[in-house]
Amino acid sequence: MLSAMLNAIYVLAALALVASFGLAIAARIFAVETDPRIERVEEALPGVNCGACGFPGCSGLAKAIVEEKAGVADCPVGGENTASAVAEIMGLSFAGGGEKMVAMVLCRGDDEVASKRFYYNGVSDCSSAALIFGGDKSCSYGCLGLGTCAGACPFGAIEMLPSGLALIDPEKCTGCTKCVDSCPKGIIKMVPASRTVHILCSSHDKGGVARKACKTACIGCQKCVKAVPEGAIVMDNFLAVINYDMEIPEEVADECPMNTIVVRRQGDLAATSVDMQTAVGGDA
Amino acid sequence: MSKGAFFGGVHPSYNKDMASGQAVIEMPLPKELIVYFSQNLGAPSNPVVKKGDEVKKGQVIGESGGFVSTPVHAPTSGVVKTVENRPSPVGADMIAAVIVPDGLDEWVEGCNVERGSTGLNREKIKGLIHDGGIVGMGGATFPTHVKLSPPPDKKMDTLIINGAECEPYLTADHRVMLEDAESVLDGAALFAGVIDVKNIVIAIEKNKPDAIITMQRAIAGRSGFTVAEMDVIYPQGAEKQLIYAITGRKVPAGGLPMDVGVLVQNVGTAAAAYEMIRYNRPLIQRVVTVTGSGIKHPKNVLARVGTKFSDLIEFCGGVHGDTAKLINGGPMMGIAQHSLDAGMTKGTSGLVLLREDEVGQFVSDPCIRCGNCLDVCPMTLNPSALSIFIERMRFDDAEEYNLMDCIECGCCAYVCPSKRPMVHHFRRAKAEIRNKAKKAG
Amino acid sequence: MEDNLEGKVPEEKRPSADGPAEKPAVPTDGAAEKPVAPTGESAEKPAAPAEKSADKPAAAGSPPPAAKPKKKDEIGPRFIVSSSPHLHDGRTVSSIMKLVVYALLPATLFSVYAFGFGALKVIIISVASAMIFEALSQKAMGRQIRLADFSAVLTGLLLALNLPSTSPWWLVVTGNFFAIVIAKQLYGGLGYNPFNPALIGRVVLLVSFPVHMTARWVQATPFGSNPFGVDAVTTATPLTMARESLAALGHIDVPFGTQEIMNLLVGNRGGCLGETSVILLLAGGLFLILKKVISWHIPVSFIGSVWALTGIFYLIDKTTYANPSFHVISGGLILGALFMATDYVTSPVTKKGMLIFGAGCGLITVLIRLWGGYPEGVSFAILLMNAATPLIDRFTKPTVFGAVDKQKAAA
Repeated sequence: MLSAMLNAIYVLAALALVASFGLAIAARIFAVETDPRIERVEEALPGVNCGACGFPGCSGLAKAIVEEKAGVADCPVGGENTASAVAEIMGLSFAGGGEKMVAMVLCRGDDEVASKRFYYNGVSDCSSAALIFGGDKSCSYGCLGLGTCAGACPFGAIEMLPSGLALIDPEKCTGCTKCVDSCPKGIIKMVPASRTVHILCSSHDKGGVARKACKTACIGCQKCVKAVPEGAIVMDNFLAVINYDMEIPEEVADECPMNTIVVRRQGDLAATSVDMQTAVGGDA
Repeated sequence: MSKGAFFGGVHPSYNKDMASGQAVIEMPLPKELIVYFSQNLGAPSNPVVKKGDEVKKGQVIGESGGFVSTPVHAPTSGVVKTVENRPSPVGADMIAAVIVPDGLDEWVEGCNVERGSTGLNREKIKGLIHDGGIVGMGGATFPTHVKLSPPPDKKMDTLIINGAECEPYLTADHRVMLEDAESVLDGAALFAGVIDVKNIVIAIEKNKPDAIITMQRAIAGRSGFTVAEMDVIYPQGAEKQLIYAITGRKVPAGGLPMDVGVLVQNVGTAAAAYEMIRYNRPLIQRVVTVTGSGIKHPKNVLARVGTKFSDLIEFCGGVHGDTAKLINGGPMMGIAQHSLDAGMTKGTSGLVLLREDEVGQFVSDPCIRCGNCLDVCPMTLNPSALSIFIERMRFDDAEEYNLMDCIECGCCAYVCPSKRPMVHHFRRAKAEIRNKAKKAG
Repeated sequence: MEDNLEGKVPEEKRPSADGPAEKPAVPTDGAAEKPVAPTGESAEKPAAPAEKSADKPAAAGSPPPAAKPKKKDEIGPRFIVSSSPHLHDGRTVSSIMKLVVYALLPATLFSVYAFGFGALKVIIISVASAMIFEALSQKAMGRQIRLADFSAVLTGLLLALNLPSTSPWWLVVTGNFFAIVIAKQLYGGLGYNPFNPALIGRVVLLVSFPVHMTARWVQATPFGSNPFGVDAVTTATPLTMARESLAALGHIDVPFGTQEIMNLLVGNRGGCLGETSVILLLAGGLFLILKKVISWHIPVSFIGSVWALTGIFYLIDKTTYANPSFHVISGGLILGALFMATDYVTSPVTKKGMLIFGAGCGLITVLIRLWGGYPEGVSFAILLMNAATPLIDRFTKPTVFGAVDKQKAAA
């Protein structure tokens, strides 16, 4: 019994010895020169492999950065901290990039306020729904509310409200723009994270048409345009659009007769949906 | 004549006797017509009228926008009320001329004139077919003159006139064959002359015995014509399946009927082409079957292109209460409508109104892999795997499983016990794959 | 603004549209009057008076399930809009599952008749526990509770038919726990389970409680002595007898004359509840094939390959190998081939794949029966082939219509 056990131990030990020699030799012969910085850069990156940078995952970007095919700030997700950490590894200086951008759904026409043209019966996916007459909303620019953007978001930053609207949490949003590409309606836009005043409508329909389709549509009345410094809000084909290069006073939200303009301060995501309810209730 | 059956297919309830016994009735002019400038597959036509213009019946209001395009004509005389986007029966809103008839129904000069057969060579006939705005009237609306122009290296030998009408409910082609057999045959002879074929097959499903007899009588004395009695199975009228059933030839995947020397034209198209060549009457009206359990008096209506669905329904006595679905075309491949104010097009072969309990609503349960869809797919695809791939956004895998060969006949969804919206999945993935290919160059 | 009636007629939003007032199409739901007259250029007016009716249109507006219309003889405010096709043949998952249950009923009733009260108890406990586990796990996982699809009933019934009539209640419940919770719901529910749930339940019990599962067979007594009697005769299954005689005597010693064949066909033998009566199982299977619920491919290739392989060995050595027909009708092969191997979710979808699947099941069954550690191998064979199903489907991908010609044309 004992000898059998010992035999087994001897055999395994011998095997281990042979194999380790083999590995040691192989490692010398087949060694591949890799830049140690790649590994360090990869560690500095967020590591979520979202692909938003256009490279195959974080390791792909790390390789590209070290090979100088990509810049130190090319990770759209990591923000300034990541960029400066990467820059340090690369021995470069990072001057600080632009402002952090977050995605925002420029529509607040949920089922409470926006009418529908028909009963949609099909695949629960915005891209599919958009193939059928552009979706069931009367407003052809409205959020279809089936959550394709939420599915595309690698960070779980998009919540589908039960009322049929996508809501992006700016705290969780990293600005990777995946949702922007996924939206068949093209109504998700990147906005500076620090800004508080937004026009949540994308409808280029004329006022009457837009108003019939949705109670919170921009009807192109231009009251907001007149209430802000010139150029801060501009009209684009019956739609008021914010020029984020300029400062806008928060009071302008009170000017909007349709409650299309919202003030969304940091951390009060929930407030948006609440004040939407009150706004609608007040109207009715 | 029939060489056999294609693989797959289904047998839905045909419900054709609702309207098949109704002779075609011409509908009085409605109050307004919505004439879209995109009446064919391919490039839309370019509007040449504007708000306030007076038009005559048969006048060109939209000029051909390219080779794969046809002109659009005014369906009657009247005033162009406006040119603007209107809800369309096929998708997003489309630009249309809204014409208010003046009630005189006057032809424009040159139209509705009998033409002698002198000087009618191939090119001339093709040109006239283009000028007449003739498109495939089975529903696909592919410009007929393009189909009649195969490249010289394609040797054509057979013309199939498609009167299979395999879509349930629809009887428009049936009535055309019964009431206008001579025009169909004359039109077919014109097509055959253009592509230089001697063998013309009129394909009719066996559930239309009267049409078969009528056609058999009509071809007596004409040479080159045969009538093929086709098995009653959906989609017998699909081009590739019809060609296989009649000639035993398989149109290559991704190919066209001309690759096997065959041209397929709908019976209505043949009749319309004859009207154009013989009397110079462009395609401004067609037979539409207004039917289904939702309509009070199912009819076959000869209506002007642009007639609003609401007018058609009114002409047929209105609807029953629980009508839940309005379909432009047949119930297997037609497009469900959301607006009664869309106008019919040259491809509107029928308007089917279904009650709520008849509508096969989709529920998108998980696939239980029963394999029924594989048994019925006439293109021998694996719809089950395709839909699962697409649900998981694996469009490359779907392409590898020959998604692009899907003809969207709907057999798979018809038999799916989980009521999955298969065709919807496929359309979405096809759009995705085409977009990707476009982006790649 | 307006209300949900609005959407139907989008161009009425446009100032130029004159409302087709007289149409039957005009919805009059009583809630709001539609502006019939041409609206002014501003188009703002019609919206204002309608504000008062903006109560709760959205509640009914949730998209798919039911369009709840409307008054008599009027087109509803909105149509159902979907992709084609707009018809359905009416066969649903639950109607299919019900057909399978019906097909199993003769064999089920026979088992009660033959094995008595014990069988009835096993069946009732099994079906009930399957349904309870299904509902509980669906609730726990936040899924829709779908007892109405009948798949749990079928799984419970199939598992019961794979158990001996002497099974204690806890054995049945344990088996159903593994079948429903572990093998089905943890994988995502109906449609996602890679292995046949009922067979997982059976095999877990077989390897965990071999004594309960194999040693306490009761002779089915369909004709003669009292069916509900307590003096049941303990016996072995025919396959066990064959194996034991081979071990003891060195050759197969199982009588296989007309009387024995009759007994096997009718079900006058020991075995699991559902596997005994070959004739009733065949009748159920035929019913399913005629109803186009299953195709012939898997049963024929499964049974055929078992018959052919055992036949070859029988021809080589009649003393050590049993008659192939004995192999076919003696164990759980008929039940397995007709009702278990044909499970949609876990078998291939292509016809070619089904033939390969059936043949593979047959091969493994024969290997286990002739040389394995268990007298019966049908369950293991099916489960092993379940694992190969995705692979089989991949290799038997159907060729698209016209593909052959394409290659020719290219050449």
